[in-house]
Amino acid sequence: MSSTASVPDAHHGPAITDFKLKNGMQVVVIPDRRTPVVTHMVWYKNGSADDPVGKSGIAHFLEHLMFKGTTKHPQGEFSNVVTELGGQENAFTSMDYTAYFQRVAKEHLGTMMEFEADRMTGLVLSDDVVNPERDVVLEERRMRTDTDPSAQLGEAVAASLFAHHPYGTPIIGWMHEIEGLNREDALNYYRRFYTPENAILIVAGDVEPDEVRALAEKTYGAIPARGEAPQRQRPQEPPIRAARLVSLADPKVEQPTLQRAWHAPSYTTAKPGEAEALELGMQILGAPSTGRLHRTLVMDKRVAVAAGAWYQSTAVDRSRLMIYAVPMPGITLDQLGRDVDAVIKAVAVEGVSDAELRRAKTRLIADAVYAQDSQSMLARMYGSALATGSSITDVQEWPHRVEAVTAEQVREAIRDWLGAPGAVTGYLLKEEAA
Amino acid sequence: MNAHVPVTSHASRIQRVISPGGIEAWLVEDYTVPLIALEFAMEGGASQDPQGRAGLANMLASVIDEGAGPYDSAAFHERLDEFAIELHFRADRDQFTGQLKTLTKHRAEAFDMLRLAINEPRFDTEPVERVRAQIVAGLRQEMNDPDSMAGRAFFATAFAGHPYANPVRGTLETMPTITRDDLVAMRQACFARDRLKIGVVGAIDAKTLGFALDETFGALPANAKLNAIPLIVPHGTGMRELIDLDIPQSSVRFGAPGLLRTDPDWVAAVVVNHVLGGGVFSSRLFREVREKRGLAYSVYSQLVPFNHAGLYIGGTSTKNERVKESLDIIGAEIASLAKDGPNEDELSTAKKYLIGSYALRFDTSTKLADQLVRLQVEELGMDYMDRRNGLVAAVTREDATRTAKRLFGEGQFLATIVGRPAGL
Repeated sequence: MSSTASVPDAHHGPAITDFKLKNGMQVVVIPDRRTPVVTHMVWYKNGSADDPVGKSGIAHFLEHLMFKGTTKHPQGEFSNVVTELGGQENAFTSMDYTAYFQRVAKEHLGTMMEFEADRMTGLVLSDDVVNPERDVVLEERRMRTDTDPSAQLGEAVAASLFAHHPYGTPIIGWMHEIEGLNREDALNYYRRFYTPENAILIVAGDVEPDEVRALAEKTYGAIPARGEAPQRQRPQEPPIRAARLVSLADPKVEQPTLQRAWHAPSYTTAKPGEAEALELGMQILGAPSTGRLHRTLVMDKRVAVAAGAWYQSTAVDRSRLMIYAVPMPGITLDQLGRDVDAVIKAVAVEGVSDAELRRAKTRLIADAVYAQDSQSMLARMYGSALATGSSITDVQEWPHRVEAVTAEQVREAIRDWLGAPGAVTGYLLKEEAA
Repeated sequence: MNAHVPVTSHASRIQRVISPGGIEAWLVEDYTVPLIALEFAMEGGASQDPQGRAGLANMLASVIDEGAGPYDSAAFHERLDEFAIELHFRADRDQFTGQLKTLTKHRAEAFDMLRLAINEPRFDTEPVERVRAQIVAGLRQEMNDPDSMAGRAFFATAFAGHPYANPVRGTLETMPTITRDDLVAMRQACFARDRLKIGVVGAIDAKTLGFALDETFGALPANAKLNAIPLIVPHGTGMRELIDLDIPQSSVRFGAPGLLRTDPDWVAAVVVNHVLGGGVFSSRLFREVREKRGLAYSVYSQLVPFNHAGLYIGGTSTKNERVKESLDIIGAEIASLAKDGPNEDELSTAKKYLIGSYALRFDTSTKLADQLVRLQVEELGMDYMDRRNGLVAAVTREDATRTAKRLFGEGQFLATIVGRPAGL
């Protein structure tokens, strides 16, 4: 029988307003009147998975270049204005979306909209700004990956898990392809994806929906429609039955680790209730101190010093699940991997207890309440959901759907996805001196 | 309440709550979201780690929620999960901090779990050994991580002979030596009401909070028994320390003595640092190192106001071939600020940013609770949130130039570099 979590507050979330501008741009307003500030975000429905073949890293590179100025506002002007207004700004690129945001006092919302709308179409790039910025990205890659064996293994695991789909390519791109990216690549990509039909405006904060509508119509609304949103054309992953082991040994590694990854449905591709069941299942397996992996591997068998799980549930295409474990001294990664499999199998065969399911539901649904405490977190929650194909209603009704998941659905979801063939295992090992 | 205080005043929202038992907390009552966030800090922290026991305070923070009162570790965590209570502890060099977040409807359970953790931690063998193994594994993971290595080397040199030299999370040598008795002794010495500062935000009224404060903190001893920590001026200015690691990019830390938080030039120093490397897109280091030359993705500087030392510290990561160039540019910018201070434009932009962005620092309950604790720890007064922007606005070019000279002296700094830089 389904467990009953005590969760009523979650449904009293903020009253969201949403509408479309005439040019097709979607607008979402999230009220938060506790402080006189707003979070202003524009999300484009393209990410690294939409990089053209051979041009990996272009989505992320363009995100950097978007700060280089327009015909109307030369380089530095936008950032200077944000700074002078005491605002914060930044941007990020994921596999499925790219987003730009500013956080400012509420009276400056219109100014932010004017600048952000301007750079949707007005970007100007010269080699003088493109070339040093490419060096910045190369340094970013060196910092994040090329000096860190564990990040290098992570790239190899993803590349093996997604042998065909672009989720297997790092967001920042491969070094040799970043080196070849130029001004033309950036502008071609920009013209294709930076359009009102492909953009979502999210405003969270101390604002009235009517005021946002008026400002949005004046700024973003003045951008001509392009006809229709660009299509995401991505090769889909074939079923791969072969289990794969990728292993990286480096003299810098002092602490071996194990990771294992599987394909998993995202909220966008899942059958009804399936992603929610997986979310609960991964919570039951991987919660930091109460999860099965921690209990079994760390506390009972004492074969691991840490173990956990991760599910990338927000994605356009089929996504991934990951389990990691750090062995106790003297325990091999092979042995640890078998222990991980036994924990998964126990859930897949015998299922989860009512108490476990109730705790997992309480935890997940409380997170939805805690998220209401942060307007920028709310803005990100709605932005990432909408940019990957979910609706506002989907987000609002999420606590109800989590509540409705049964123990049997959790068992089936774990059995179907973590029991499937074709997992990729990653070993991070110390390279011993020859 | 003073009728002239505008309704937008931060200070007017802060209530000083004194419990029936005499425990003080600063409260901002807010019923928008059904939750309560509490933070507390007690002076002490890793600088109280005994000789040869570096990592003790951090380990105490890590095991204190691993079983307390009637609940062993497993039962304790299940209960937190049952009520979706978030309870976290951490130690830094100067203090021990706890954070509690709960849905309003689980208030009683949440405060009780906090009470148990700080008053009746069990320190059972299983969790103590497990947490020790986790910390040791983490230390191993960071052993050859260039950024961690550069940071450890910087602190070891800058604070040689002082408790601040020790890594907060200890070392592979000290972690095995920490005993249960050490944990018990540190809790008894450091957990007390006299150095306790509490901030609370959310759906709770003053009266209810007062009773909860007594129940939670009332049984702690009146006075802590802390070792005196001497003031120290960081060493090594002018030195470059090179640590070899076979990687394509070097990690760099640089820094020198800064100002104490109580220094009258503190606010001017914040402005000066903002000009150097505190602002994300507007700082000199961002412009010269990243934007113009593409030398690095990340370059920053910050002021670190320890209780017993002032420090400014910065960092960057640059490919080995261009480390020398990066260091030269960073050195030139610091020297130029030391000589001439910021120009009018820089000063005005930095001040506008610092003033306008102040409200963004406490836009969530958790951040506001933290701010309430900081105001008390730094003894800035309940009206500081209303006064602070005026202090920034009042910084003149003369103040900034004088302070830049005090901060950067002759433009020399200690640099620790991990990698295989060319030409150094």
